[in-house]
Amino acid sequence: MLLIRCPWCGPRDEIEFRYGGQAGLTYPTEPEALSDEEWADYLFLRDNPKGPFHERWFHTAGCRRWFNAVRDTATHRFVGTYRIGEEPPA
Amino acid sequence: MSGRRLPESGNRIDRSRSIRFTFDGNGYEGFEGDTLASALLANGVDVVCRSPILGRPRGVYSAGIEEPSAFVEVREPWFEPIVPATMVNLVDGLDASGRPGVGVLPADPPSPKPGVHRHAHVDVLVIGHGRAGSESAAEAFGAPGSQRILVVDRLPWFEARESGVRTLPRTTALGIYDDGFVVLHERGTAYDTLWHVRAGRVVLATGAHERPIAFANDDLPGVMLAGALARYVRDHGVLPGERAVLFTTNDSTAAVADTLTSAGAVIAAVVDVREGWSVAAAEGTTSVSAVRLVGPGGETRTVAADVVGVSGGWNPAIQLARAIGVGLRFDEELATYVPDGTGPEWLMIVGEAAGDGLPATDAFWYSPADDLSTHFVDLQRDQTVQDVLDAVEGGLRSVEHVKRATYIGTAIDQGRTSGTLTAEIVNDALGMALGAQGPTSARPPVVPLPFSVLAGIERGPALLDPVRTTPMHGAHVEHGAVFENVGQWKRPRYFPRDEEDLDDALARECVAVRTTAAALDASTLGKIEVVGPDAGVFLDRMYTNRMSNVAVGSIRYGLMLGFDGMVFDDGVAMRLAEDRYLVTTTTGGAAPVLDRFEEWLQTEWPELRVYCTSVTEQWAVIAVGGPGASGIVRTIGTDVDLSAASFPWMTWREGTVAGVPCRICRVSFTGELSFELHVSAWHGHHVWDAVLDAGAVPYGTEAMHLLRAEKGYIIVGQDTDGTVTPDDLGMGWIVNPSKGDFVGKRSLVRPDTMRPDRKQLVGVITDDAGLLLAEGTQLVAESGTGATPGPGVGHVTSSYRSPTLGRTFALALVSGGRELIGERVFTLGRTEPIPLRIVDPVLYDREDERRDG
Repeated sequence: MLLIRCPWCGPRDEIEFRYGGQAGLTYPTEPEALSDEEWADYLFLRDNPKGPFHERWFHTAGCRRWFNAVRDTATHRFVGTYRIGEEPPA
Repeated sequence: MSGRRLPESGNRIDRSRSIRFTFDGNGYEGFEGDTLASALLANGVDVVCRSPILGRPRGVYSAGIEEPSAFVEVREPWFEPIVPATMVNLVDGLDASGRPGVGVLPADPPSPKPGVHRHAHVDVLVIGHGRAGSESAAEAFGAPGSQRILVVDRLPWFEARESGVRTLPRTTALGIYDDGFVVLHERGTAYDTLWHVRAGRVVLATGAHERPIAFANDDLPGVMLAGALARYVRDHGVLPGERAVLFTTNDSTAAVADTLTSAGAVIAAVVDVREGWSVAAAEGTTSVSAVRLVGPGGETRTVAADVVGVSGGWNPAIQLARAIGVGLRFDEELATYVPDGTGPEWLMIVGEAAGDGLPATDAFWYSPADDLSTHFVDLQRDQTVQDVLDAVEGGLRSVEHVKRATYIGTAIDQGRTSGTLTAEIVNDALGMALGAQGPTSARPPVVPLPFSVLAGIERGPALLDPVRTTPMHGAHVEHGAVFENVGQWKRPRYFPRDEEDLDDALARECVAVRTTAAALDASTLGKIEVVGPDAGVFLDRMYTNRMSNVAVGSIRYGLMLGFDGMVFDDGVAMRLAEDRYLVTTTTGGAAPVLDRFEEWLQTEWPELRVYCTSVTEQWAVIAVGGPGASGIVRTIGTDVDLSAASFPWMTWREGTVAGVPCRICRVSFTGELSFELHVSAWHGHHVWDAVLDAGAVPYGTEAMHLLRAEKGYIIVGQDTDGTVTPDDLGMGWIVNPSKGDFVGKRSLVRPDTMRPDRKQLVGVITDDAGLLLAEGTQLVAESGTGATPGPGVGHVTSSYRSPTLGRTFALALVSGGRELIGERVFTLGRTEPIPLRIVDPVLYDREDERRDG
């Protein structure tokens, strides 16, 4: 059970959270201007690195806020968590 | 064997406290601090059980968790179907009997020992209170950042060196998980505790397990791990036998010889592999009486003995560490696997568990022989060296595959005695180097535990998942409603009268809605208040149609799509005020929709000034429908003008009903004139009673499903499955591409979502008006006599027997279905194809003439 540091509530058990996939994907301002390929990329393609990964989490059974995290996908170790709009930890 | 209690010694037993127990129906005596295994040895019991497959006699083999041989069923004080005798702490009244390696759950099992769950947060958790563990705890004590130290061990009692260190005896760790999360099982006297511990640091001081060497009849009672012999003398004051042969590859047996000698035993022979000697066989019928030895020149010798102490070296006990990412390396000197230094930084492995202080050993796995069929490797699985070699001969090269073919390592001891042995026998048989492939993976729980401990106090169906009931639930129960589960909700499915079955009740309820007046408890509808100056803009982006121009007092039906353009949920939006909407969701969609609103508001459009609040449980909703619906509402009393002229379709009015405040909505899911009464949850029961007293017939979800299907209204999740677009449903009218972007819009113009041959919602009727298709029925284009039924064209999503239409009907998703209306399709009957016809999905009141009454 991961110990996840919610930027609002502090360290809490993993069961309080929901995973939200890759972070930093911005919804296109004009989806209609995108080609089918570009839209499909946005819809379906995600990074899948072995190592540090910027991802989103939702404190669904806590403060119900979304936040971002950098987690090593090989070790599950969290490099850090940060609020939306903040810079990721180095 | 001739095990007996020594007059002195035994530093874990309290000789002043005698304990009476029963084994296999016979009464015995032991001492406080005994295990069942030590007490049986003290009483001279050689054979504890039979082996599971071959029925061979088996006795106590070890002194701990690694026991592969002596298994018992415990009946008193608490029932446990199977447990190693070495893991049973002796208590007064204990009643146990031997079990052949496999537990049997009686048809009517006695209630298990109670179990509770507890949580603990510590700075340092030390697992194992041997020398390394107690030193680690003492070192940690008082160090900065380690105020809270917990030491656990499976011993019946122990004391920490430092008084501030907390201890948990009779406790085993089951698994180590991410970020210092450890699950422990404490075997209490009155109840068991499953501990969930979050530790800043975890110190693994679990020691090492001795490894056997395989030889003929190495499973005979009297053959034991050498270290166990010494432990029974030292810990319990029990001498397992009078004449011992020690069979060894290392120096650890020297101390065993000393211990046995000083306890009065005779060392009949020390058989040292390093000197070229080995044990060929143990002899005896139900326990060892003699041991056959082979020398370096092949010479043989037989010595009289009643116990054989075996030591093939020592394996660090690191089962707990492996699942959390600690790797292994083969240590040539120890001829075994030790932790390789990898793993999480908060985990420290100390002492023998790390390989420190273990004796150097020769690598020797089994005594060579022509017949290897009684050289047991895994006693509990009755598997021998020959079985391993057969598996390799059969083509298996991976230890993991050999494990699955032989089941070696899958028993209660989880391969603690057999793992390294098996791996090296396989490596050897394949001509591979020592350590070429290691023992099979160990996974939590690394020590077996009863399921009842995992369940804790959360037993019984009601606690498995929360049960949600509506404010009128009591009335439904009194009315004899048959309930169905909708997510966590209990909803009345139908309200049988007298001896009615489902079909009878369903028909009566449907007729009531279509001809008189009836009432549905719709309180489970998800309800979300969306509030703020940008609420309209926000909803425009979430729904396919425009919500920002809904007038206050009006209602609009909406569809929500996923990113991929597929239907996600549906419901209505009531505009309560300029800056306030109440949107409804499907019963199952309430939480997902709220989550989705939050996600978009927080992550994509934080600039929108909108707040969302779940009010599902604050409102009770009663749908009063049927030609007589307005009469019912008037009877219970209302100050709202219900006439269609002043209260039109898709509007809502605020007022009172039955003396309580109410929002009344002119919406309908049945096609009949309907008034949805939204009242405070506190008033739900009262208004429901009033509605029924006024003559409305209560109806359930089954009738609701049928009636809406007659009108071709969809249920998201029944007629859709996440691959269905609005156009597929014939609901292109609800998509408003001119209003700007909304979630899923771009996907609706992908080539795949515009294919003309996509599956489309249509009605399907059978030629035989009495034949009811099963939901999920596959449809084919041609009657396809013979083996090939022709290409599949779709499937049935909803199917009912309609009392109103006087026939059965179905909704189906059919490839290019709208173009096929009037055409034939088929489904495969048991003997011949069943002819069907595709029809318009709206089979009742296509002109919407009934909704205004």
